[in-house]
Amino acid sequence: MAANPMTQFEVYRIGPEIKIGTFDISFTNASLFMVISSVAILLIFNLGSKKNLMLPNKIQLLAELSYSFVSKMISDTAGSKAKPYFSFIFSLFMFVLFCNMFGMIPYTFTVTSHIIVTFVLAAFIFIGVTIIGFVKHGLGYLKLFVPSGVPIILLPLIVVIEIISYLSRPISLSVRLFANMMAGHTMMKVFGGFVISLGIVGGWLPLSFSVALTGLEILVAFLQAYVFAILTCIYLNDALNLHH
Amino acid sequence: MSKKILFQLIFFCFFFTKEIFAAESGGMPQLNPEFWVSQIFWLTLTFSILYVVLSRMILPKISSNLELRKSQIQENILAAEKQREDSEIKLKEYENIISKSKLNAKNILKETRDKTLKDINLKRENLEKQIDLEISKAENEIITLKKTAPEKINKIAIQTSSEILKNLIGAEINSSSISAIVDDLSKKNKNKYYGN
Repeated sequence: MAANPMTQFEVYRIGPEIKIGTFDISFTNASLFMVISSVAILLIFNLGSKKNLMLPNKIQLLAELSYSFVSKMISDTAGSKAKPYFSFIFSLFMFVLFCNMFGMIPYTFTVTSHIIVTFVLAAFIFIGVTIIGFVKHGLGYLKLFVPSGVPIILLPLIVVIEIISYLSRPISLSVRLFANMMAGHTMMKVFGGFVISLGIVGGWLPLSFSVALTGLEILVAFLQAYVFAILTCIYLNDALNLHH
Repeated sequence: MSKKILFQLIFFCFFFTKEIFAAESGGMPQLNPEFWVSQIFWLTLTFSILYVVLSRMILPKISSNLELRKSQIQENILAAEKQREDSEIKLKEYENIISKSKLNAKNILKETRDKTLKDINLKRENLEKQIDLEISKAENEIITLKKTAPEKINKIAIQTSSEILKNLIGAEINSSSISAIVDDLSKKNKNKYYGN
């Protein structure tokens, strides 16, 4: 029978066990792919920014198009005030995108298919945005929970809903990415298993599904990175430009 | 407090999925907290390094590259615009020169034509004057010839008639009587010979 579709998400130790106090911080396959993704990003963008040709070559064009893509995304959603956070959002988008894309290569590990990774990122964004909001607007940031033009009677309910929606941001942000990546990879593994179990006679149908799913998953990998970054921009926009 | 709620919510979310997968396999490896700390640690490390290197070294470079190119293109466009204007000015100058020289050529042509016409006229007048002079001279000569012609003719007539008479008669006849007869005849026949 086909292998368990969940084994691809297993984390295992590479090399010796490293411990700080009671915490195990051993180098694992997840760490390996984080390092690979980061190194790949740094390599590509370093090559893309080394020479400034009047007529950019392919790698320079790649770096510059990514730069203007993220730059445009930020200025469209969060305005000009979000410029100091450009580097962070750019790194975030690239990190998530590269982790997702590396996961699409067979026998690799998808870093973003682990809830703890996406949750740490989302929680960091959530805490950071909240701090920025309070620093920029003081206690006036709490006005975010009180939308204008709401009848007084409804206000208590609305405030509760707004607070819950605000607090659920990191969860929705992290679960969206994690669930998409996990579901996609699981589905591909399941279809791959069907190819093996149905053999040469009936295996063609799941194989074609698998091929189609690969295309879809590459799209999802890009889309989820984009959504992750754009939602960060939207949260940042709430903190920088208080509209309520 | 909120943190606690969050974590509870997460576990609540995964409760069902875990139940589904638990029946078939050993559950989700994602929910095994064995390597959570390791993942958090390595994520923080790699992402921080990525962020620092990108924001300190690479992104400013890309930004400056883009701006440099933009300004260079802008400069080139401006230079091209300037050169175009220059060429337009030059073209106008050229056209001015051409039209001026055309006007000049026309003037020169006109002047020379006038000059030659004047010359021709002058020469023609001179010639006409000369011709007139010659004609009047010739006329005068003719008139004088006309005036002197009867006398000469008379003389010739007298001599020839005296010769003829001498030959015919063989005697010399007084020329004065002959001349008287010739004069008389010529006076008589004057209208017949010299009649206009």
